[in-house]
Order: sequence, then structure tokens, then C-alpha cells
Amino acid sequence: MVAPQPLRVVRCGGSKLSGARAAFSADAKYLLCASGDYVKVYSTATEKCVHILQGHTNLVTGIQLNPQNHMQLYSCSLDGTIKLWDFTDGILIKVCKYFVLSQLFMDSRVVHYWFQLVSVKLPKTPDQEVEAKELSLILDDIGQWPKCTAFGREGEYVASVRGLHLLVYFFKKKKINRFSLSATSKKGANNYFTCVACHPKEDCIASGHKDGKIRLWRNFNHKREYTFSTLHWHHDVVMDLAFSVEGTSLLSGGVESVLVQWRDGSDYKKEFLPRLGSTIEHISASPDGTFYCTSHTENKIIIIHSSLSVSAVIQGLVKGSDVKTGLVVDPRTKALVLNGKPGHLQFYCLQTDKQLYNLDIVQQEYIHQIGLNQVDLVKAAFSAQGNWLATVEQREEKEVELELQMKLWNYDEQTQSFTLNTRINMPHEDHVTALCFRDTDELEDGTPTLVTAGNDGRFKVWVLVNDSDSEKPSMGWSCDFVGSYHNYPATNCCFSEDGSLLAVSFEETVTVWNSDTWDLICTFCHPPGRIQNLCFGRLSCSKYLLGTTDCGFLCCWNLLSCALEWSAQLNVMVLQPDPLSENIAAVSRLLEGSDLFVFKPNEPRPFCIQRNVCRERVQCAVFIPRDVPDSIGSEKHQWLSRSQLYFLTETQDLLTFSTKSAEERLTPSSRQLAVEESLPMTPFSLLLGKHRHQQQSKENADLDTAVVQSHLAQGSPAVKELLHTPAHVLPSASFLCSIFINSVLISKENKSAGEVVDVVEMDSEKAEDESDEDLELTEMEQDINPTEFLGEITEIKLSKSQEKQLRKIRRMDYSWVAAL
Amino acid sequence: MANYKPVVVQSFPKLGEKITQDTLYWKSYKTPVQIKEFGAVNKIDFSPIPPHNYAVTASSRIHIYGRYSLEPIKTFSRFKDAAYCATYRDDGKLLVAGSEEGVIRLFDIHGRAALRQYDGHTKAVHVVDFLTDKYRIVSGADDYTSKLWDIPSATEIVSYSEHMDYVRCGCTSKLNTDLFVTGSYDHTVKIFDVRTEKSVMTVEHGQPVESVLLFPSGGLLVSAGGRYVKVWDILKGGQLLVSLKNHHKTVTCLCLSSSGQRLLSGSLDRHVKVYSTASYKVVHSFDYAASILSLALAPEDETIVVGMTNGVLNVKNRKREESKERFPKKKRPGYRTFVKGRNYMPKQEDFFVSKPVRSHLRKYDRLLKSFQVTKALDVVLEARNRTPEITVAVMQELNRRGTLQNALAGRDETQLSVLLAFLIRYVVEPRFAPMLIKVAEMIIGK
Repeated sequence: MVAPQPLRVVRCGGSKLSGARAAFSADAKYLLCASGDYVKVYSTATEKCVHILQGHTNLVTGIQLNPQNHMQLYSCSLDGTIKLWDFTDGILIKVCKYFVLSQLFMDSRVVHYWFQLVSVKLPKTPDQEVEAKELSLILDDIGQWPKCTAFGREGEYVASVRGLHLLVYFFKKKKINRFSLSATSKKGANNYFTCVACHPKEDCIASGHKDGKIRLWRNFNHKREYTFSTLHWHHDVVMDLAFSVEGTSLLSGGVESVLVQWRDGSDYKKEFLPRLGSTIEHISASPDGTFYCTSHTENKIIIIHSSLSVSAVIQGLVKGSDVKTGLVVDPRTKALVLNGKPGHLQFYCLQTDKQLYNLDIVQQEYIHQIGLNQVDLVKAAFSAQGNWLATVEQREEKEVELELQMKLWNYDEQTQSFTLNTRINMPHEDHVTALCFRDTDELEDGTPTLVTAGNDGRFKVWVLVNDSDSEKPSMGWSCDFVGSYHNYPATNCCFSEDGSLLAVSFEETVTVWNSDTWDLICTFCHPPGRIQNLCFGRLSCSKYLLGTTDCGFLCCWNLLSCALEWSAQLNVMVLQPDPLSENIAAVSRLLEGSDLFVFKPNEPRPFCIQRNVCRERVQCAVFIPRDVPDSIGSEKHQWLSRSQLYFLTETQDLLTFSTKSAEERLTPSSRQLAVEESLPMTPFSLLLGKHRHQQQSKENADLDTAVVQSHLAQGSPAVKELLHTPAHVLPSASFLCSIFINSVLISKENKSAGEVVDVVEMDSEKAEDESDEDLELTEMEQDINPTEFLGEITEIKLSKSQEKQLRKIRRMDYSWVAAL
Repeated sequence: MANYKPVVVQSFPKLGEKITQDTLYWKSYKTPVQIKEFGAVNKIDFSPIPPHNYAVTASSRIHIYGRYSLEPIKTFSRFKDAAYCATYRDDGKLLVAGSEEGVIRLFDIHGRAALRQYDGHTKAVHVVDFLTDKYRIVSGADDYTSKLWDIPSATEIVSYSEHMDYVRCGCTSKLNTDLFVTGSYDHTVKIFDVRTEKSVMTVEHGQPVESVLLFPSGGLLVSAGGRYVKVWDILKGGQLLVSLKNHHKTVTCLCLSSSGQRLLSGSLDRHVKVYSTASYKVVHSFDYAASILSLALAPEDETIVVGMTNGVLNVKNRKREESKERFPKKKRPGYRTFVKGRNYMPKQEDFFVSKPVRSHLRKYDRLLKSFQVTKALDVVLEARNRTPEITVAVMQELNRRGTLQNALAGRDETQLSVLLAFLIRYVVEPRFAPMLIKVAEMIIGK
């Protein structure tokens, strides 16, 4: 790797977990859910991700267990393939490609919102990649979402809804029944269908509607004499419906984020599980009836026990509609902090891609109702050591009435979380535009100081004061100083690194204040344009103050000479200094695409330019210090060695830079298989493994040492695969024998072994999938966004050399323990 | 899942004085008893021996009150003109008083007529006191002199005429039998030793001196005059220690608390201020109806008596420490009898499963939890308006939920009148105004 790797923009923070209905494995031990281009396998007991099934090159739109073999899983994706997986081991078994389908995609794109339900006959060829050509159209013009279609009892019929129509197609009779509802009624009902579910044992279809009603349809094989009953509890759209396995209860969920369980289809026997967090998008029930799971808009899956008690929560990075707080780093945990659930701050660990916790800031009951003016969390800032957190929340009503509240949180060492210290109502008369803490070292015990800037033309200095009386000692924040400059709205504030200077920008002017006496020291003005970003240089460049204007200038002032040092014409959106070095990252926006410039304030020439990092506008960026400085080969990207730059685009994608190539990044996460590797590597297992190995090799050594050694070295992948492929997919031993022997023989073409095994696997599937022609259906979504291509990652195996190394490591240690 | 989050009731910091030990101590007096005297009360003195009766000098009489009696126990009224400064001797058996006609009279507590008369002053005697040896009396008069009298023989021992104006106040040292202090309208305070011919020390107060006080230790001297209270260090030769200017009218009287930790000053501005003698900061303040002329504290601070220019005597008695166990608790079976296994002591190997703590919600929270908005508003309006902040917090919560209009709608006359009464009462309070104006607009808009 001598040649410098190009800097690549990498997505992080995981994809949406709630894109499609999740599925349980037959024994309810695993929960499978589609997440972006992957299918993730979670353990229901530990909430941990066990496997990631990688292979699709576009959004996975649906997953379904193979009804013939419950260890297998079908997944369909926008890339036009259906894949069959063994999810316990995470192996791809089969790929079906639909070139015809992609043709259909084209058609469906021409006619907007035109979706067809087609039946796909899965071909029974042994190849791993097959093309499905037998397609038959079942229903035309169906709802876009998978939850608008459901299979009836034993696959006899399929029900689908769109608009005001319910279509039922009977496979045997090949007939379609169409039921329609009137658009609105006098009572203001909104009868549009939103979802449908079919009773697993009886002929009963449940449909959800936009006004919150649920209708249970019976007798629908007659065109005229059908009946329906209505269940009504939801006050808003019914988002999803699901029947329990036996069909005794119906689950429904919607915007209210309450899971409702209707017993026996009766309006009176209902149970609730309230306050699930956010809108329920999908509901599914486990085949053994022990669990339900709900997928939520806030990127969360809740596994619920059938007694309606929450059993586990799988939480991804909450991607709200708008990250108002920007990206903030918690200095204590180095976690990324941003808006999470409404009224919450989420602490997200980027190293492990896991949400650490949610901090409830607003502390009010959240009312799930569309069109309600909710309290927004708009600003958050940490003090340098992470002892204090300041948050600002606002609620705007009719643009005139503004409710503002600033809260200051103290980190409690005992409970390891933040506790509310001071609540300040209306810190400013108008919106708070910026807030920052003064960075003071622990050694010089300066009082913690916070500065807020507001649109009301003032900036306020808040200090921690001791207002303890004889009863109880208490510390609280109170206003110390109010500054203004010609009543211009204050737009930004920023402390210098040592905390001695405060820069506040008022429209076009930057003012610099002494933070001891709060005297105005000097002003800088760069006439055209209002100041948008402001920051001080750090370390050796601490004499510089940088500002960007909205008319596309980046200015650098020298604080010693009080003069403009240099300026550049650059339409900077985001200006972010690295806390550990002098580097400053600026993201500029041209007509199309955002560019990244990294520079030091003492020289106007950037040392790293990265063109077109993303197409959208970059909203905010942050440098996150690395735990261990990364060794980066190329000089050019040395700025990434100590801290990593993350940025958030308009479309709420969290991106970062990586110097590693795609393969390097993927290898650690895409462990190929197998039972052996998924065993926990405890010292005991190592010891035992070693011991066993020794015994084996001793026995083998009696026979023929040389052959065995070579066998171990060369034929191992094939043998390993043979040994670890689940027995139920293995063909007969007689069939395997020749291949096995083949692999044991010393041959020059090593690759052949693996291929042969693949063929074997494919052949083994012959027995099944006779009747699953109607089981795999794809809804063709029209908005395909072929932005990301992850390359062809069909099967990545550990290379032979790596395997050798692994083996070496295993042999090396613990012999002394055995000797004992 | 997450529990219901109760309505956040905004708490506002209490303005004004903070609650300290001092405020608690000085507030623990009963409601004052007012006694009307015949004229301005110029002196109140507590008897040093129990039951600590006190002598009140007003107009031409001296009344002796018992601790709880509203009527005088005894009255000395053998004065032709105003009497001044009735003072007890240390043993509480004798009482001495000056008078407008310049005669000093000595009374036995139990007698009626004067035991002795001391003639010699040519003008009104405003201050008299016993020296600590019990056999001599000090007096100060408007004839600019201060004299020392022998009690049994009723003869003048020595006379000092160093002051240039009326001598209106004085006191004797508790430690030294020969020291006394006088304050005069010539702006000076002089310390005399009866063994010498002349004053031993003079301090310039700067204003006509209305009251002087020696600390029990004898080291510090306090003088009051004009708006100032000044503390002097005698041992350092009369150096000014601190000058207190906390009154906005003339300070007329001074008094020490029984512990000596607090100094009280009464003034014509109708306030009594309590200072800490350690920091000389005002730690508490009392308000009275009229200008204060005299002030006295009973031993152990059991009673504060204040005499005013309008002749009203204000007596405050300390509250008794209320015994908590006045009402014996009803005999009920203990809580543990109802809980099975309550008194089971966990063993070492037991695994303790803690029960989830049930949170108790207020009534309005329970109603809000089940979205019964009108009832929730009714509940908080019913609460006798003792907690307007809760009512407003619920209104705010309803507004946030977008259901305030619904909660206000459909009210009959009585319900509406309760609501309107609340609005009228609290809409003027700035902390509630924004919300209540919105509510009022909604009601009027209908």
C-alpha cells in the first residue's frame, strides 16, 4: 500500500431499520430485519446483531421466511433480485435475478404510482444465480407498500388494497372480487385503505383506514353478500395490522404509538401498550406466538412479549426530520450527540455504531398527534470537560408567541448521567442563535461560564453562582452580563481557546470582548454579507479569528494587528475547527455538490481539497477525536489521524471520510461463516481446541504426516465448508465423497475446491421449493436511487494466507497451560 | 415502556429575604399584644430576677407588668410631671427613676411611696442607673451634668459637668463597679471612672447621642445617634470599629440579645433591626406601627417589648415549642402485619428482587393521562386557588396539547364563574400573565 489511497466518503450510523416488516425465525430466537442494503439478524434475547446478510446492491424491500425450510430466508430488493439466505450462518444460498423485472421497473416508472402484483415462479435450477422468467400478473394497480397486500389462509387468496378499493384474488378460481367504499361519509370519516392483514385460520380480512377505523371483512367470496364489522379506537391513520399466529387477536398500531390488541375481533376486548416512543410503522408476530415486534419511525424495533410487555429494544441512530442541534461531541464519552427522539438528545457511539442512551431534555409527556406544535430541542452545548450541558428548547406558535427555555445539566458522577440544575425561562426575547461554554482548564478554577446569543440583539453571559443557604447547598446559573452592539441581532458567539476572548458576531460585524471585564475590545467588519460562521484558530494559530459571510467570503483576521490577514472567496456552509490541531475544515457549496477544504489559518492555501464530497448541502460537521491516533500512510490525509470528521447532509445522511479501501473496511465485518468462528473465543475454548487439535494431529501423524499437513493447508476451506454446512442442506454422503476426496488430494488448482462445494450446495436445494411459486412476490417500487454501489460482495472468504495466520495464532499460545 | 411524565410545574425563585436561622429565630414570636399607655414610652426595663416583670415608664407613671398580664401589676404614680428611665437594680428589689422636675426617686418594688429622693439636678433627669456595686446611683440631666449618688444617705458623691449639652443616655459597666458611660446631645460619649475627677475617655459620635450600650465584656461600646449606630473599641482607646447606617431616621434605642450575639436597634423610622455582632450585618428586621422610642428584651429573648411615641406598648412573647406528640397516634396494626413476609430478614444467599416503585400521580395528572382535559382543568380550578402555579401549568399543558379550547368549552354559569374569578385574580401576576391572557382571549372569543 505505497500508493496513497484516495479519500473516500463513507456512510455511517447505519440505515433505517424500519423500512420493511421484520420477521422472526421459527423458534423466535432471531429477529430478521431489512436495513438498507443489508438484512440484519438480531438475537431477540440479547438485542445484539448476530449476522449481517450482505449481498443486495440496493434497498431491501421485503423479507420472508421460507415456509418449506424455516432456516432459510427470502429477501427481495430494489436491485431486482430475490435472494435466499441461511440466516443462522449468514450464508447466501441462492440468487434469483430478474432481468425481466427490471424491465418492468422501467415500465412502472413511466406510469407514476402504478404497481403490479406478479407471481414469480422460482426456477429449480441448481445454479447459484438463476433468472426467473416465469412471471404471471395477478393484480394490477395495487398499493405501493408491502403492507397493502396480504396472503389469506393457506395461500388460497391474496388481498390487496389501494385507495378506496379492496381486491381479493382467489388463486384456485382465478377470480377477483373488488369491494369499494365511499370516499367520505357525513361524519367526516376518511375511508381510504392503508393496510391489510388476513386471518391465518379463518376467512377474514382486516383492513386499516386513514381515519383510524379497522374493518373486518367476512364472507368476501361473494360479490354481494359480504359483511364487515368496524373496530374503532385509533384517532389517526392505522399504520399496520397483524394477526397473531392463531388468529385470536389482532394487533394494530399507528401514529399514537400505542399497540392495540383486539381479542376475538371484538370492540370491547382490547388491550393497550402505550408510549412506545413514536409512530408504529410495521407490526409482525413470531411464528411460535411468543413475541410481537413493532418497527417505529425513529429507527427502532421493539420486541414485545405476547403478554404485552416490552422485552427488548433494538435502537439505531435516530434520524429525525431536522437535526437542529447540529452535531455535538460529548467530551466525556466521545459520543456524537444530536437530536434523537422528539425532546431527547441521543448519545451515539460511532466506534460501535450503537446508541448509548437518550437524555430526556423536555421532560414532558409527548402527545402523538399530527399537526401539534411540539417543543423542539434547538441547541445543545457541552462544557470542555463535559461536566455541564446547556440545552435550549423552543415552541413556536403562530410565529408571534415563542416559548423558550434554557436548561443547564450537571453531570452526576454517581448516577453517570446528567441531572437538571437550572431552568431558565425566556433567556432571550427572541430565538437563541448560538451558545458556547468557555473552555477553562481544571487547574485554574474559573467559574463555568456560558454565553448565549439571541436574535433580540443581545448576548448574555451566564455564570454558575453559589446560592446555597443554610438549609441546603445549591449551585445555580444566573445572568452575569448582557451585551449588545447597536441592537443588531447577535448571530454567533465563540470563545478563544484560552477563554480570554469572546467573539460575537452582530449581522455584518464581529465584536471581540474581554471575558474578564466584558469590555468591547475591537470590532471587525468585512462589509458585504452577514457573518455566518465564526471560530478562533487553535494552538499555534490562536491569534487568528475566522469568519464566513453569506455572500461567499472566508475572512481571517489577525487579533494582534487587528487587521484582515487574508480572505478568500468561498461559499462556506460549515466551518469547523479541529480541537486537537490547528486544522480547520470548511465545507463550501457550489452549484452542485459540496467541496471540503482543510487548511491552517496561518496560510491561506488549503492543504487538502476534496471535491464533491456529496451532492446535497452539508448541514453541519464535527471533528471527533480518535481514541488511538490512526496511522495514515499518505501525508495528504495526515489531518485525519487524530480526529475524524463527520458531517451531516440535508438528507440526514451521516458521512465520514475513510482512507481505507472498500475491501479493507468490509473484511472485518463480513466474517464468512461458521459455527466455529461464532463460538466465543474464551481462553478455555482455545485451550480445549488446542488440546483436541494436538490429539488429532498425533493420530494423523501415525498415518501420514506429510499428506495431512498439506491437506490441512490446502484443502481446508472445502472441508471446513463441508463440515459446517448445516446437515439439512447437505446432499447424500455418496455424492459428497468424490468431492471430498478430490479436495484432499494434492492438486495445483486450489480454487476448484470451493467452486465444487458451491455446486453441491445448489444441488442440495433441488428437493425443496416446489410450491413456493406464489410465495415470493415483489412489489416494484419506482423510486430507485442507484447511488451507492457496494461492489460485488457475493461471497467473501478469508483468504488462505489469513487462515494460515489464524491457525498459527491458535497453535502458538496456551501450550504451557496444557503442560500443567 | 416509558412512564407517563407528569406535568412540569414551573417553580419560581422566591424573591426577598432568604430563610436563615435568624429569620426563623426572630419570627418565632406570637402575635403582638398592644397595651395603650398614657404617653410616649421612654423606657422599658426588665427585672433581672424571675419572673422577669418589666417596668414601663410613660408620662408621669411607672407601670410594672408581669410576663403575660395585660394589666399593670403595680403602678408608681407619685410624679408631678413626666417620669423618666425607671431602672431595676441587679437584685430586682429596688427601682430608680428620674423625673422632669429634676428629682430622682428610689422605690421599693413592693412599696408604694418613694424610699429616698435625690435632689440636686436643676433640670429634668433623663437617665438614671445603678452602679454594679448596688449602693450608688448614676444620673444624667438636662443641666449638662451627670452625678453620682450614695443610696442610703441620699447624698451626692461627685458631679461631672463635662458635657456641653443635655445628657440623655448612659449606662454602667457590668464588670467594673466604678465605670459608667454617658451620651449627650453635644455629640460625644464620655466614659467616667468615679475614682477620678474627670472623664477617662471621650468619643465623638457626630450626632446627638440618643442611646449608649456597653457590651457585657466591657470592651465594646455602642452608641446610637442620628441615623447611625457606631461601635467603639474601648480597649484600643476609643477607636471606631464600625459605623452602621441602616435606619433612615434617628435611632433611639439599643439593646443586646441575651446571648450577646445580636444587637437590636430601634428607630423613629418604625423599624427594629437585628445585627449580628460578629459581622455587623442586618440579619433581621421588625416593622412596627409607630416610631419607636424604647426597646427591651427579656432574658433568654422570651419577650420583646417595644414602646412607641403614640404610647402603645407592643409585647411579643416567644412561641412555646409545640410538643409534637400532643395527639397520640391512633392505635393501628402496623404496616408489616398487612404485608406478608415483610419482617423476613434476607439471608446471605438470597437474591433480592426489588419491586418497581409505583409512582403516585396527582389527580390532574391522572386525568391528563387519560386525556380527560375538561375534568383535569376542573380539578385544578377547584383547588381553592391556593396553588395558582399548578393551575397555570395545567393550562399550559393543555395548550401544548392543543386541547385548551376543548377544555374551556361547554361550561355552565357556575363553572365559568370559577374560571373567571381565577382569571381576574391572577391575570395581573407577571409570571402567569401570558398564559392567562391567552385563556381570557379564548373565553371572550366564544
